[in-house]
Amino acid sequence: MFEKVKKIIAEQLGVEEDEIAMESSFIDDLGADSLDIVELIMALEEEFDLEIPDSEAEKISTVGDVVEYIKNNS
Amino acid sequence: MKKRVVVTGLGVISALGTDINEFWNAIKEGKCGISSVTKFDVSNMTTKVAAEIKDFDATKFIDRKEAKRMDTYCQYAMAASKMAVEMSGLDLEKIDKDRFGVVVGSGIGGISTFEEQLRVFMEKGPGRVSPFFIPMMISNMAAGQIAIQFGAKGFNECVVTACATSTNAIGDAFKVIQRGDADIMITGGAEASITPLSFAGFCSMKAMSTTEDPALACRPFDAERNGFVMGEGAGILVIEELDHAIKRGANILAEIVGYGSTNDAYHITAPAPEGEGGARCMRLAINDAGLNPEDIGYINAHGTSTEYNDKFETVSIKTVFGDHAKKLAVSSTKSMTGHLLGAAGAVEAIITILALRDSFLPPTINYRTPDPECDLDYVPNQGRSAEITYALSNSLGFGGHNATIALKKYC
Repeated sequence: MFEKVKKIIAEQLGVEEDEIAMESSFIDDLGADSLDIVELIMALEEEFDLEIPDSEAEKISTVGDVVEYIKNNS
Repeated sequence: MKKRVVVTGLGVISALGTDINEFWNAIKEGKCGISSVTKFDVSNMTTKVAAEIKDFDATKFIDRKEAKRMDTYCQYAMAASKMAVEMSGLDLEKIDKDRFGVVVGSGIGGISTFEEQLRVFMEKGPGRVSPFFIPMMISNMAAGQIAIQFGAKGFNECVVTACATSTNAIGDAFKVIQRGDADIMITGGAEASITPLSFAGFCSMKAMSTTEDPALACRPFDAERNGFVMGEGAGILVIEELDHAIKRGANILAEIVGYGSTNDAYHITAPAPEGEGGARCMRLAINDAGLNPEDIGYINAHGTSTEYNDKFETVSIKTVFGDHAKKLAVSSTKSMTGHLLGAAGAVEAIITILALRDSFLPPTINYRTPDPECDLDYVPNQGRSAEITYALSNSLGFGGHNATIALKKYC
């Protein structure tokens, strides 16, 4: 699943897959802004067929947070 | 005292080239950029041709991620701006960024983004509409993105006056420098409206040519003209206060000397009878430049190839110039570029600047059948050398907008 998430992140944020690690921060390490994160979450919701409520989405700051959330909710 | 304003950089993205020299050579040779539409299916539309850009790669000019966050019109604007700034030789580290501004417009803005996101909204619901929908679609984003790219922190706005957009933009930017509020301005327009919905709308207006032969569809001032042909792209100019340009040793391409802007106050899409609004506009530009009509040697006409535009623009030129109308050259370069709507004025200003610099009158191509009501020298089919000192570039837009700039050979 991490591989799939990595692929989506790379595509959405225009970064190379090998730059993406579990501890990467979307804003500090991967150059995302708040709009990128909204779009990324939409893409993940589509891919994994789940709804991430805004209150949960706000807590997401690293790749690990996303992987964890998907693991617990899909 | 009014400052003098000169042009020091040009950038163009069009069906006739994405490089200024390639573009100008094509214009001089009278090449036609119009072809059958390939971007979408036009089998159920009345117009079959357009001047599409087929070889544009945004990532040659913009970072991949940035390009993804821009509508095509904005990508065109950014690409043309980069070329114009490069040509100007500006050292961005040395200029006063607070006196560096932008006036860049678009007639329609991000309509392909609009169409795409409306589809998402209809199919998947509001929760799937991209957070980039609004920033990609809005017409002012090119002016914003250019400012971000080059650190232009001064005067900034987006002009939207339909097909007069980028002539108004250049005129407004010229005035900003002339009154002393900036040293350098990036100005012009961009358009990327060859999309199914936009095309359908213009077809319904019966505004576009229904001729299927790309070589005959756009025939400005010809008796058999039957509508405009849509183009796309961007035209961007770097303009500068004269002393500022001289001090840094810039290569000066031409001088902007006058600007006129009026409205017909008549009808939403039809031009006023006898082109009276356009005539008043040309007079304003000539007066603003402190010239007499006899000083003008060339007019780059709006010349859309619609029945009314070409007839009334001809009348308006006769009204303003009297006997001199027969002596000056008038051409419609839309016969080659197609009609770039909000980018048309800037692309045509670029052509006029190069015409002055190189003493060469660009032709009106596809001209075959004279129209008794259009009886000026339209430089038919073949461009030619001619010494001209002053030229006008006209743009007229839906909403009754008229804009004219006066340009002078720099020597």
